[in-house]
Amino acid sequence: MLVPSKSARRAVHLLFLVLVVPVFALPLLVIVAASFATDWSGVLPSGATLAHYRDIAHGEALDALLTSLATALAASLGALTAGTWAALAAEKCGRRTRRIIDALFLLPVAVPSVVVGLSLLVAFSRPPLLLNGTPQIVILAHTVLVTAFAYQSVTAALSRLDPAYEQSAAGLGARPAYVLWRVKLPLLLPSLTAAAGLCFALSMGELSATMMIYPPDWLPLPVQIFAATDRGSLFTGAALAVALMAATLLVLLGVSRIRTKASYR
Amino acid sequence: MVAAGAETPAAASPRRPRPRRVAAALWSLPPIAALALVFLYPLALVVWQSVSPEDGGHSTAPYTAVFAEASFREALTNTVLLAAGATAGALLLGLALSLVIAFVPFPGGRALSRFIDLFLAFPSFLITLALLFLYGSAGLANGLWTDVTGAAHGPLDFLHTPWGVLLAEVTYFTPFVMRPLLAAFSQVETGQLEAAASLGARPWRIVRTVILPEALPSLAAGGALVLVLCLNEFGIVLFTGAKDVVTLPMLVYTKALLDGDYTGACVVAVVNITLSVTLYALYRTVMSRTGGGPAFRTGGAHRAGA
Repeated sequence: MLVPSKSARRAVHLLFLVLVVPVFALPLLVIVAASFATDWSGVLPSGATLAHYRDIAHGEALDALLTSLATALAASLGALTAGTWAALAAEKCGRRTRRIIDALFLLPVAVPSVVVGLSLLVAFSRPPLLLNGTPQIVILAHTVLVTAFAYQSVTAALSRLDPAYEQSAAGLGARPAYVLWRVKLPLLLPSLTAAAGLCFALSMGELSATMMIYPPDWLPLPVQIFAATDRGSLFTGAALAVALMAATLLVLLGVSRIRTKASYR
Repeated sequence: MVAAGAETPAAASPRRPRPRRVAAALWSLPPIAALALVFLYPLALVVWQSVSPEDGGHSTAPYTAVFAEASFREALTNTVLLAAGATAGALLLGLALSLVIAFVPFPGGRALSRFIDLFLAFPSFLITLALLFLYGSAGLANGLWTDVTGAAHGPLDFLHTPWGVLLAEVTYFTPFVMRPLLAAFSQVETGQLEAAASLGARPWRIVRTVILPEALPSLAAGGALVLVLCLNEFGIVLFTGAKDVVTLPMLVYTKALLDGDYTGACVVAVVNITLSVTLYALYRTVMSRTGGGPAFRTGGAHRAGA
């Protein structure tokens, strides 16, 4: 509608493709292509192989994948609980209190993840809370980093919620706890599952804070990918990256299924 | 009155009684206490450690020492320049692509913007990894060159320079600009565009005088967010693995883990926090002024954590 002439429109679209294909489409494609190859010296990769994936199936890479999944699960559950609780409480508070809670819970977005890792190292490397060197510190870091997003999505969902349901339930004599459990949380369920999916995806790909604090027996997948590319095994790294992307996508797809199911209730 | 208000939760009086607010504030304490223990207290310790030199006591000596280091000043310059450059690039590219998707539509455009959204679900370092296969010493572009010309080496060798980091950051952060922009563009009345066009305005003039003023708040908010994220970006720089591209987060990492200099790392961390939290506060102010809708809010900040 903006460009009336047909040839001009075609030129604009051509330019668009010239920009989009190398910048956005190719990166994901080359990672997938490289994960099936052993060498890349021409236009296309060569030496087709499935060896990298076979290595994943029974090596330390499988441990890394499971480690990442466990970390992401624990972190997103923790973040969802804390974020939802804070968002629900903040909604009932006065304007000024709500502003303070907002600022506190969004602060982790602005603080560099590396610094979050550093701060946990500084704080929990001595008794009484000696967490340095345990898997818990990794889970803790991921929880801190993704809580802001859980809080943000639940707050946004709460502001879209029609207050009439809550008010009529309360008007019919339901106690606040009952209203929360039987009216509000069910209405929020689609947003909560979406927030959980988001937290899970973020935690699966977290590298910055993890690099600062991971113990030798708890290596998440991104750290393993870095270790592989750092020692020059780019093609192994590509296969691990594909595994990471696939796991993330599967979880996101699963969550979107739950969401569509939930929206029919 | 107060007692009656406490009995009926949905009291519609414009001024709610105080006790309920106090109860709500009490309910907000447990998550705040948890956040304080695992985030605020450690952060305060970082600031405390940054003014505690190795030889005991408390002074600003660590700051003087770190500020005097050439590597710190270089990292600061690198960080600011890279963030500014990447933000400018992401704004330009994001604006151009969003304009085409929204106003010069083509079949598959919506699916394409969905696909670009997919980027937000993946960690940033994957882009650097992909660029290695695209423009690395062994990779698609150089492979094409050696196949066509028969030369031993391809001409492209920029990945381990700041330009490689810049390209990766522009690629990764452009979707963060496009999300709020596409949301803003969908609010622009097509009637206005048609009126302008029928009055003889050329496309570029319509973009400048009708579309851009409408989208300016989203553009500003997206730009500010990307600037903060670029200042904090670590994965892309780490994967680039270039010795001469050191940014502030990278310096925190090397000082703490490779040199074991925790006080120095904390000083750099405080500088980095100051920079990005100030900018983020500005971004939030812009957002609350323009009153971005929920889609805008969650969309823009979607993937800021990695």
